[in-house]
Amino acid sequence: MKNQHLYDLENESIYILREVAAQFKKPVLLFSGGKDSIVMSHLARKAFYPSRIPFPFLHVDTGHNFPETIAFRDEYLKELNADLIVRYVQDSINENKVQEETGKYASRNSLQTVTLLDAIEEFGFDACLGGARRDEEKSRAKERIFSVRDDFGQWDYKRQRPEPFQILNGKIQFGENVRAFPISNWTEEDIWSYILQENLKLPEVYFAHERKLIKRDGVYIAHSDYLNIVDTDEIEQRVVRFRTVGDMTCTAAFISDATTVEEVLKENVASKHSERGARIDDKRSESALEERKKGGYF
Amino acid sequence: MELIRISTAGSVDDGKSTLIGRLLYDNNALTKEQEELLAKKTAEKGWEDPDLSVITDGLIAEREQGITIDVANIYFSTETHKFIIADSPGHVEYTRNMVTGASMADTSIILVDSRKGLLEQSYRHFFISNLLRLNRVIFAINKMDLVDYDQDRFIEIAIQIQKMVENSAPEMNYAIVPLSSLKGDNVVHPSQNMNWYKGKTLNELLHEAPERIVTASSFRFDVQQVIHSQENGFTDYRAFAGRILSGKVKVGDEIVALPSNRTSKITEIRRFKETLNEARPGDCVSISLKDEIDISRGVLLTHPEAIPDQSNEMKATLVWMDEKNAHSGSKFRLMCGSRNFPVKIQSIENKIDTTLATKLANTDSIELNDIVEVTLRLSQPGYFDAYTENKKNGVFILVDLQSNNTVAVGFKQ
Repeated sequence: MKNQHLYDLENESIYILREVAAQFKKPVLLFSGGKDSIVMSHLARKAFYPSRIPFPFLHVDTGHNFPETIAFRDEYLKELNADLIVRYVQDSINENKVQEETGKYASRNSLQTVTLLDAIEEFGFDACLGGARRDEEKSRAKERIFSVRDDFGQWDYKRQRPEPFQILNGKIQFGENVRAFPISNWTEEDIWSYILQENLKLPEVYFAHERKLIKRDGVYIAHSDYLNIVDTDEIEQRVVRFRTVGDMTCTAAFISDATTVEEVLKENVASKHSERGARIDDKRSESALEERKKGGYF
Repeated sequence: MELIRISTAGSVDDGKSTLIGRLLYDNNALTKEQEELLAKKTAEKGWEDPDLSVITDGLIAEREQGITIDVANIYFSTETHKFIIADSPGHVEYTRNMVTGASMADTSIILVDSRKGLLEQSYRHFFISNLLRLNRVIFAINKMDLVDYDQDRFIEIAIQIQKMVENSAPEMNYAIVPLSSLKGDNVVHPSQNMNWYKGKTLNELLHEAPERIVTASSFRFDVQQVIHSQENGFTDYRAFAGRILSGKVKVGDEIVALPSNRTSKITEIRRFKETLNEARPGDCVSISLKDEIDISRGVLLTHPEAIPDQSNEMKATLVWMDEKNAHSGSKFRLMCGSRNFPVKIQSIENKIDTTLATKLANTDSIELNDIVEVTLRLSQPGYFDAYTENKKNGVFILVDLQSNNTVAVGFKQ
């Protein structure tokens, strides 16, 4: 039987994706290899079929990705027949545009913004499609579907355009760009239900696997060369999965035996934890994400 | 699971964010992280009752000022229903955000502070809920704990509400609940302090499916773009991608393309790899036609026997959402789905006083948060239906030609 709720969400997203393609000259889809950008690209495929997706994919590569995600990305994009542009945070560091953070919590997450803004300028993108969802975080809950940014990429909630009846106004001035969020109204549960329904493939890190981890402040983080490991960190081998997949340095692992989409779905609902709870970068302060968004983060 | 879309509105300090927090808290719908935040913030403030507003007020400025500035969308589910709440700001300055929040809702909750009774904003929110043809309004008479759970006070406010409804929208479906979000009375759990109230709690009311207002169902399809493809095994595939605003359509139907007035027959309705015999309102599909007629973005497809208004003039109600005033003669860009063309305000008929629900003639300027009735001169036929008959094809926005800001939402009369 058709899941009417997912069908409605799918309709809404396809409508938004087509509006982006029609209203902008040079859109790009921000692709991280995570579940949300995978769902978004699947929806894009549906929106324009049998044509191929009419915009390229951009991956801002921090260099701290899970190797499984990168392998998945390359395989998946080949299957989609989409063009992939990769820009590296390492290049921004080498060009002295940003400085690597230091200390035990060092992460490249907020450094991505500079690389992203440079890529927008380099290619002249006027719209960036992002897989952000309003249920993820409190400042995300305030985001419009078309979010206008000035040429510094800044998010100004006071300038947000009202979107009554989801009539989308993508008119912008030269130098401005829009971040467009076609899956704004999906919840994490919707995403997993849709992955199940559409039988979508995901990077292996989303499912239970054995891994070398470090335990820090009561949280498990994947062991990697990118992490500044200190004496108080305990090294353990455990069966875990990741609920969100960001950088290896700032994504927490869950102890889990869930190896299928159904099992993940059940476990997430039962846990009552929010998925952003696993993002160490958001725990820096209550408004960590809002601050990053104002600075041009997507 | 049934999805219920709710919008909340109230004046500043009516306790709207606290009410939503309470609804989530008592429905056991908070995440572990929200529970931790709640405990931490409540301890910091040294409050006796949990500070439930921290769950929704998401912006730094909102937390500093203790008010809601922008619409937040909150998602939660109970065992039987999924809910999306558009939490809209109460301050008069942010009325536009209230309209935005309410535009996606079936039900609106209007908060009233039991100490203050109905305020200008309550009248305005009710007027807008009616203008938007929402299915139901629930008046939440909040902070009953601060008036000693007094039944007489509740009745006074209920009479005010009844008068307002009779005066401005007698056909509106509404309910009134006395509650305290801070203490939890009648939000999810029935109040022990108001035994005189025998009605339903807010949560029970929200779980009742409101009667849908049935609107006319003529077929309206907004062409978003043309898909022309020779990929995936197709040779010369040509179809019109868009969303069905209203009505149904079947393969074989004769359709007319507006504004060209050319007709053709539908040969295929496609949704990704699937071909359909019939498509329904809300469906995003691609439609192929028998004849090669000139159709591009902005064209509306309808059945030939049910063509909407073709004139270049339109009477509409506008809710003004910009700081910059407008006058008769001001020009804007009208947008609705893929339709997009210049329009001029030919004349301002009157301004509506939302408190008295009366019309004031002789208005020469339109200011922020004004609700006005105007005549628009269109640079091309708009093909709109009256909003009261077709919600999806009766609404549009106006965009400023210089700043590109969305300055108004309009409803065809």
